[in-house]
Order: sequence, then structure tokens, then C-alpha cells
Amino acid sequence: MRFIFKTDYGQDINLAKHGGHVFWYGALAVLLLAAPWLLAEYSLAQLNLVMIYAIAGLGLMLLAGFTGQFSLGHAAFLGVGAYTQAYLTGIGMPFLLSLGVSGLLSALIGIVVGLPALRLKGIYLGMATLSFGFIIEEVFARWESVTGGNAGKSIESITMFGRDLGSGEGFYYVCLAITVVCTLGILNLLRSPTGRAFVAIRDSEISAQSMGIHLAYYKTLSFSISAALAGFAGALYAHNLRFISPDQFNLLQSIDLLLMIVIGGLGSVHGVFLGAIFLIILPQGISEVKGYLPDFIGQAPGLKSVIYGAVLIAFVLFEPMGLYGRWLKVRTYLQMFPFYRKGMFKRQKSFQKSDRLK
Amino acid sequence: MTPSLLSAKNLSVRFGGVLAVNNVSFDVKQGEVFTLIGPNGAGKTTVFNLISRIYTPTTGSIDFLGPDGVLKLTEQPPQSVASLGIARTFQNIELFEHASVLHNLLIGRHTHRATNLWQDLFFTSKVREAELKAREKAEEVIDFLGLQHYRDTFVAGLPYGVRKVVELARALCTEPKLLLLDEPSSGLNVEETDDMAFWIQDIKHELGITVLMVEHDMSLVSKVSDRVLAMNQGEMLAMGTPREVQNDPGVIEAYLGSVDDVSSLRRKANGHTTEARAT
Repeated sequence: MRFIFKTDYGQDINLAKHGGHVFWYGALAVLLLAAPWLLAEYSLAQLNLVMIYAIAGLGLMLLAGFTGQFSLGHAAFLGVGAYTQAYLTGIGMPFLLSLGVSGLLSALIGIVVGLPALRLKGIYLGMATLSFGFIIEEVFARWESVTGGNAGKSIESITMFGRDLGSGEGFYYVCLAITVVCTLGILNLLRSPTGRAFVAIRDSEISAQSMGIHLAYYKTLSFSISAALAGFAGALYAHNLRFISPDQFNLLQSIDLLLMIVIGGLGSVHGVFLGAIFLIILPQGISEVKGYLPDFIGQAPGLKSVIYGAVLIAFVLFEPMGLYGRWLKVRTYLQMFPFYRKGMFKRQKSFQKSDRLK
Repeated sequence: MTPSLLSAKNLSVRFGGVLAVNNVSFDVKQGEVFTLIGPNGAGKTTVFNLISRIYTPTTGSIDFLGPDGVLKLTEQPPQSVASLGIARTFQNIELFEHASVLHNLLIGRHTHRATNLWQDLFFTSKVREAELKAREKAEEVIDFLGLQHYRDTFVAGLPYGVRKVVELARALCTEPKLLLLDEPSSGLNVEETDDMAFWIQDIKHELGITVLMVEHDMSLVSKVSDRVLAMNQGEMLAMGTPREVQNDPGVIEAYLGSVDDVSSLRRKANGHTTEARAT
């Protein structure tokens, strides 16, 4: 068990709290930088997908995990990013610029969606964002001059500084850089007044307000940052697949994103990445296992959805803190061995909340 | 004469058919502890919610001596109340449950934030400086209320009595001029209530903060209050020193019922039994 001896307030503020952090994240960085030499092409492509989903997940985590506003239409922001990127690079705009515009446009649409969120809560907000998702999906299908309609739209590979980065390695480093920048941005937000305002809104709107936090401003801000991140992810998603069509940004995609952060662990940045890894590995695991199952199960349509549903139910029942919560328990077990007790992470029943700001 | 920090004039609030607060006026002077008492449903918390702008009065107004002179509080948006120098606690504790005590106190520093979104996003040196300053202030409050032991504990795991103190600490972190305490002693045991009384006196004398509180525990009220306003059914009953108010016949009636009430009830009960016997 590590006890940190704190001698100044800066230690609380730093991202790396102690030498162990520096060592392990440094090791992770080295591994990630060396990944193109270590991994086969296929695994590298999977890693790209993990990072793309993680960027979108960071956005959704900020919104759902840290501000407490659920969105069932996040695939729409992903789609806005993807189509904007496809269109803009199609007319010859450089990659970084169009990436910025994709994020910005998503953010603007996020503000538009965020405005009704000021009045809606819980399930009603879910409904509103759900219908927003449907509307945007329909727009993708109908606005053929820009989106190519249901026939889909293809997109070029990334070119930067006159070099084609369409290859596995080039694209990998672009994804890695953007993921790192986005993650650092979110971590910075979370350790500064803005992030604390988000958390305050999540836990108690009424006292957040009485602490001087402007609810409307911060909720809208959270929506727009979240949408911008989904927009960046969407732009990369488009480059990754080279072909986008409206049905890639439907309700199932939104649910995948939500599933990802719930399984990863709501309210933790680690959870985003664990969830993204899980989301990408699960379909592969299923197809591996499929061969060993009897045909009437293995070949049944909808097997994937059933397994997804079962996994989600299992997590909600047995590990509400998600994969990251499980990891925390494992780590504590190892650190405290043999003194770990079963009830250590059990939370006391919280007190009744009343006088909620309706 | 000390100027009044907050003055409520003819406040009334109506929720549908219920007149929750009816024509209430009072002045809170700078540096005093002013207490609202009254039976349940008297409208005390509603008055609090009017001051912290969660409700808007149907009629009447509240004047507050802000940093730039007297202003109409009732025309301010709810989130500006804190930056004018009014902080509050809640009857049913509204802390940020899934954050540590320190984190809660830092959220209390929100009105003093010196940086904007972009600076936060890149965590510039200015943000770091402001964070360090915020922590220093939070530590001062932690020292003041003796919360050192709980600094890094999550609020969700804290006992009720400590949560009460954390909420008080969070309110103090905003560096208010006026502190609204909604039943500071509810749910506390005798020693904790005594501690609370000391802290309220310290807040008044050492920090020079004016306190407006709602409280049921009369021993605490008479220990710390300079003036007391008794309310019943949304109306003002009596105002004065704790002793004056406690001896006011109207107040005694509101709490215990009048002698007439009791005897008429008794008569009714007796009459009822004789009738029952007769049949």
C-alpha cells in the first residue's frame, strides 16, 4: 500500500500523483509509440478503432459521467463529424483544418441540443436526445447533395504536409496524437474550476446553483464539448472506414457508445478506455466462440445483441462501477494482501434527497 | 446605528391556493445572528429560498447591501446570489456526494474563479496559481472547523454530523457576507450541537459574517441569536431578543395551543363519550 507524503498543494494538482504514475504511464506511452512494430496490421487497425471510440467516449463520459446528463443520440454527433470531414476533405480542405471544423460544427449542434436539456432530466432528456438522433440520421439519408444519401459517401485518406497518411502506421499516429490531446484536455478540465462545476451539477443542481454555478451555461458547455469530441471521433471514423453511410450513425451506435462508458465505469476517464477496448474486443470474442457452439445458437441472428444485453445487465447488477471499479478492487486486493475485506467498496445508503430543484 | 445588510419588505409567496409566506418584513443588521423560528410549515425555509432566489416572491422585495451598494435581490438571477456574498446550507444536506470533502470545498470557491474555459483546458500557469490559492483558502476553512481528518474522504461515506459541518465549511469557502443556515443543528447530538453553537459565535465574532438561520433547538437559538423572528402559518408572530420572543403569548400559543383550545377540546371529548354512553 502506498502512502503519499504530501508537502505542498501542487502534489494534489499534478496529473501524475507519484512516481508510480510516471513510470507506468511512461511505459504505456513507449508501448503505444512502438505499437506499429509490435503489432500485426490487423491488431493495429483494432487499436485505431479503440482510440476512435475512446475519443467519442471521452465526450460522452464528460456529459453522462461527470455532468449527469444522458444522451441517447450521441451517434448523431459522430455522424456530423464524419460527414463534415468527408465533405470538407472532398472539396480539398487540409486535414487538420477540416478536423477543427468538424469538431466545431458538432459543438454548435451540441449547443442546440443542449438548450432543451436545460429543462429536461433523466428519461425525458434521453427521449429528447434519442429523437434528435433520429432526425439527424434522416438528414444524412435525405440531404443527398452533401451526404450522398443512403448510397453512402466515400472519403479520401488523410494527407498531411504533402504526405499520404493512409497507411496503417501514419493513421495510427494521427489517432494516437489526437487521443492524447483530447485525454489531456479532459483531465485538465476535470482538475480545474470548469470540471468541478460539472461534477457539482451532477451531484446536486440546487446547491451547485447556490454556490454560484450558472446551470444553463455549464450544461450547454458540457453538451458542446461532448459533441465536439464526438465530432473529432467521427472525422477519424470516416477516414478509418473510408466509406460512411447513414446507418452507421443510428440508434445502435448511440447505444454502443453508452454501453461502452457504463461498462467502463461511469465517472472515470480510465473507464472510457477500458470500455472502448471491451467494445472492440467483444465482437471478436463472440466470433471466436461461435465456432464451438451448436449451430442453432452459434448461427442464430441477433446473438451479438443478446450477449451485449446480458453483459450490460451483468455489469449493472454486479459491478455498477464498471471495469474500472473492478480494477480498483483488484488493485486494492493486491496492495493490501492479505487484509482486503469484502465490504470495503460497499457504499453506505445515502440519505434521502429532497427539495430537489424541479 | 449599524446598517442593515438585508431587508425584506412585505414578502408574500403564493403556491396555488397556499399562502406560504404572508406579508413578512424584517431587517438583518450587519454582524448579528438573526434567527427564524416557528412550527413546521411556518414558511421559514420558504423565506430562505426567497433570499437564495430559488423562489420569486409574489409580492414584496428584498434589498441587500452588496459590494456595490444596496440592490434589489429579487431582480438578480439565482446564480448571482453567491457572488454577491450570500451563502447557504440546506436542511437536508445537499453536498456533492461523489466527491471528496476538499473537492466540495473547492466547488465552494467557484465564485472566485479567475480563469476561463480555454485556460482551464490547457491548464495554464494562471490556472495552477489560482488552484493553489483556492486550496489555501479551503485549508483555512478546514482548520477553522477541524475537518483535517476528513479532507480526502468521499462525502458519501461520511456520518451525518460531519456532513453538516462540511456543508457549513463549503458555505464559508465562498467568503460570504451573509450566511444562511437552514437548521444547522438538526440531526446532531448534544455535543455536536454545542460545537455548532461555538462555530456560529466564532463565525460572527472572528470572521465577521452575518448569520441568518432557521432553527428549532431553542437552547441553541437563545445561546447564539441576537434577535429572533417567530413565524406561524406564513405570518410574522413576534420579533425581538430570544427571551422576549419566548415569552410572547402569541408564540406560546402557536407552539402549544391556547388554554381555550385545550379546554374546548376536552369538553368536546367528554361530550362525545357521554353521548356514546347514552346511546
